[in-house]
Amino acid sequence: MKRDITNLEPGVQVPTTVAPVTEDQRYIGASVPRGGIERLTQGLGQYIDDIELPRMAHVAFWRSPVAHMRIKAVHADTARAMPGVLLVADGHDLAKVCKPWVAVLGHLAGMKSAPQHALAVDRACWQGEPVVAVVAETRAQAEDALQHITVDYEELPLATDMETALDAATPLIHPELGDNLCFTRSLDVGEVDRVFAEADAVAEATFEFGRHTGVTLEPRAQIAHWNPAEQRLTVYHSFQAPHMMQDLYGRQFDLPASAIRVVCKDVGGSFGIKVHAYPDDFATVALSILLGRPVKFVADRLESFTSDIHARHHRVKARIAVNQSGEILGFDMDDLTGIGPYSMFPRTSAIEGNQVVNLVGGPYKHKHYRAKLNVVFQNKTPTCQYRGVGHPIACAVTEALVDLAAQKIGMDPLKIRELNVIPDDAYPTTGASGIKLEVLSHEASLKKLRELMNYDALRAEQAALRQQGIHRGIGFATVIELTNPSAAFYGVGGARIASQDGATVRLDPEGDITVLVGVGEQGQGTEGIYRQIAADAVGVDITKVKVLTGDTDVTPYGGGTWASRGAGVGGEAVLLAGQALRENILKVAAVMLKREAAGLAVRRDRVVDAATGEELLPLKELGRVAYFRSDTLPADFTPELMVTRHYAQRDYPFIFTNGVQASYVEVDPDTGFVKLLKHWAVEDCGRVLNPMLVDEQMRGAIVQGIGGALFEECLYDDAGLMLNANMADYLVPMSAEMPDIEVAHVMTPTRSSKLGAKGAGEAGTAGAPAAVMNAINDALAPFSACVHSQPITPEKVLRALGKVV
Amino acid sequence: MADLHPLHVTVNGQAHRCSIAPRTHLVDFLREDLGLKGSHLGCEHGVCGACTVELNGQIVRGCLTLAVQADGGSVQTIEGLSQSGVIRDLQQAFVARNALQCGFCTSGMLMAAKELVETRPEATRAEVREWISGNYCRCTGYHAIVDAICDVLRQRKETQA
Ligand code: FES
Ligand code: FES
Repeated sequence: MKRDITNLEPGVQVPTTVAPVTEDQRYIGASVPRGGIERLTQGLGQYIDDIELPRMAHVAFWRSPVAHMRIKAVHADTARAMPGVLLVADGHDLAKVCKPWVAVLGHLAGMKSAPQHALAVDRACWQGEPVVAVVAETRAQAEDALQHITVDYEELPLATDMETALDAATPLIHPELGDNLCFTRSLDVGEVDRVFAEADAVAEATFEFGRHTGVTLEPRAQIAHWNPAEQRLTVYHSFQAPHMMQDLYGRQFDLPASAIRVVCKDVGGSFGIKVHAYPDDFATVALSILLGRPVKFVADRLESFTSDIHARHHRVKARIAVNQSGEILGFDMDDLTGIGPYSMFPRTSAIEGNQVVNLVGGPYKHKHYRAKLNVVFQNKTPTCQYRGVGHPIACAVTEALVDLAAQKIGMDPLKIRELNVIPDDAYPTTGASGIKLEVLSHEASLKKLRELMNYDALRAEQAALRQQGIHRGIGFATVIELTNPSAAFYGVGGARIASQDGATVRLDPEGDITVLVGVGEQGQGTEGIYRQIAADAVGVDITKVKVLTGDTDVTPYGGGTWASRGAGVGGEAVLLAGQALRENILKVAAVMLKREAAGLAVRRDRVVDAATGEELLPLKELGRVAYFRSDTLPADFTPELMVTRHYAQRDYPFIFTNGVQASYVEVDPDTGFVKLLKHWAVEDCGRVLNPMLVDEQMRGAIVQGIGGALFEECLYDDAGLMLNANMADYLVPMSAEMPDIEVAHVMTPTRSSKLGAKGAGEAGTAGAPAAVMNAINDALAPFSACVHSQPITPEKVLRALGKVV
Repeated sequence: MADLHPLHVTVNGQAHRCSIAPRTHLVDFLREDLGLKGSHLGCEHGVCGACTVELNGQIVRGCLTLAVQADGGSVQTIEGLSQSGVIRDLQQAFVARNALQCGFCTSGMLMAAKELVETRPEATRAEVREWISGNYCRCTGYHAIVDAICDVLRQRKETQA
């Protein structure tokens, strides 16, 4: 079969600003098209719902129609008698095979949550919590039977409003916890009151962020297959962290990990939505165990909206202190966030707020910082980590305050940033919140952005148009993003989420390379960059490289995709394994050629003389001899043409990336509509492995960030019921409203790895809401109006303008 | 459940005669009865466009069209278009521009793009954005998709000139 990558001549856009990482670097750094995606353009991918197994049954869940209820009785006799129905089970039935879990982390001191079950036991705590499972031969039969389930329930008092969650009058969601507080944290690095008292100017505001959700285009889906004869569980899962689920299934079902295989192949979008263990996941496995046959669960869109995690509902009161000269002196903030009735398993829902505390003020060299965080329970869908975890909140708060401060002292918003960012020569350093920053490039990035957007000309255009009654605004966001996490994030807190990742690289007899990696593919192009890295590390043509991921039976153990770790952690493992394989290839070649390995190199599928480049031995010939003619090799020599290497980043809790974004918008003061005209992003993710893929990561993430800034919100009524739980009413960015997005790179490789790559998947989401909000407020400045509540809807703009009350 | 209805339909050039429950949606018929898994289900309520297929030469939402509505008609799915090669240039442009990430929206997006390049050869970048605004993509940010479609509009114009 013809291979899918053609015309890959080296030299296409290979950046020259950083030294090569391999001897003969051809692909790392080039905009190489991702191999293996032709099948997706031909409709030949295989997502979970495309898989059909013999005797596969289908589950549909009866979910709580109210936000808080006591389950009195489940009447299922009619449903049981419906055609095709195999099993109807409730929480008590599943609790016999699946243990409950409590999602807390040991290093988040004082954090609390309550035990949670695969299906609600006695009580359901949010609209959408699964209560009864119906398994039938077909999905339609399961859904038909669902309509004949009756549950007697009694509605319980509600705690939905996070503002009143801790009031004495508010009902307790879990009385045994004593209050509705999941986690609280205070940080005070000192002298904040004095600094604010002595500052030339103080600006403050209250920020609101709407609850939103991921809306992965492929809903959450899995097929669990318990094979009673083998006592083995196989789960096909649309998921980001297969080894994590293997471990959790083992623990919750009391099975040895060796009896469990988790397979995650084509995943139709994830964004953090598919890195959490949902009750539905355990329920589907439990049902398969009870039935001894495969069971498929595919969420429909309506249930996705109330059962996928939500994120980002925060109310932040914050202020900034500056001097007349533009020096930022300090930040002070108070963050309140509501997380639903349970902390999500196993990452916990406290992490998002914790990140807000870590990140506010992060790009700037101020010394004084005080922060307070309250994470409270409420009877709404659980929230947890979603793309950019906490970053969009922290960045919007910080950057809006910086703009307000600039306005107060009459300084240009780009200038105040240039004055205050931590200088590029100050690293490594520690931020005011205590975050360890390895090496960043704020100054270089701001400089590049200023040129890229032609800032002075744009300001002139804005001023001229204002004369004509056209109100445009320019907004900035300086961003830091944490990537390449060490074990400090989860491991030390007791969560069994691998911080290391492994790669196996094998030379096959024909000279082909097979690469197995713990981090999988959800569309980011992970497999594509691994091909590039492996080809360069070994010294072969990229068309020779095959990458396999997403199967716990096959790949080295690893953490999977989260915190933008695929390139920096997984990629480093591939590099190390590829280079080790090349060393082994040279050992075999030395034996075959009866020469010193030191004088040999691998170049373009051949072993060559390192000094002259003379071709000595094609890898195809080396493979033939190594695998099939060991009789011709010395008796004491065995070729090792498959090697595995692991990598864990240990130097810092995280490796931070940085960047800066700018947004150009037009606001119609009569309608409140915002038109996005253009968006720029300069980002520094260390060594850029594939500029085209990084650009698209940035753009996709920026558009998701814009979604949060302008459109997306899970709206609830007072009864805790979601009002817009469908795609028609829950707005997301569509192509017509989105601007063109220009992306440029600055490269400051991390020294914590050979590859030097940092993550790139989330910075766009982190910065876009701040840039867009600041641009809107810049446009509204002539009216002395501003809006700090996201999503910034036309109504909120009109309200800010005093046109509606 | 109601009685089955007879259905005569040509899918990707191949004739099918079968009986089908009247409530079956076209996309479920294609996916489940014919095993054509290229059309995806993102919402099942007509909003996302992932289920887009061609019915009698026009794109429709496979999740809003009943299979019986296709009776006597002709359906093209992404599999058929791939095999006949009529959208090879679009598929290549999508790969070259990295205009897909997870690929879940891609079949529907290509269906929409095909109708655009065939019926609006003069479309501007803004018109391309508008045309595909009936199709969700949660991964790409749309920019690369617009680039890819504009590339094909340009190429097709050049080959015609
Ligand atoms: S599945 Fe048909 S439009 Fe979404
Ligand atoms: S590529 Fe994932 S939805 Fe478009």
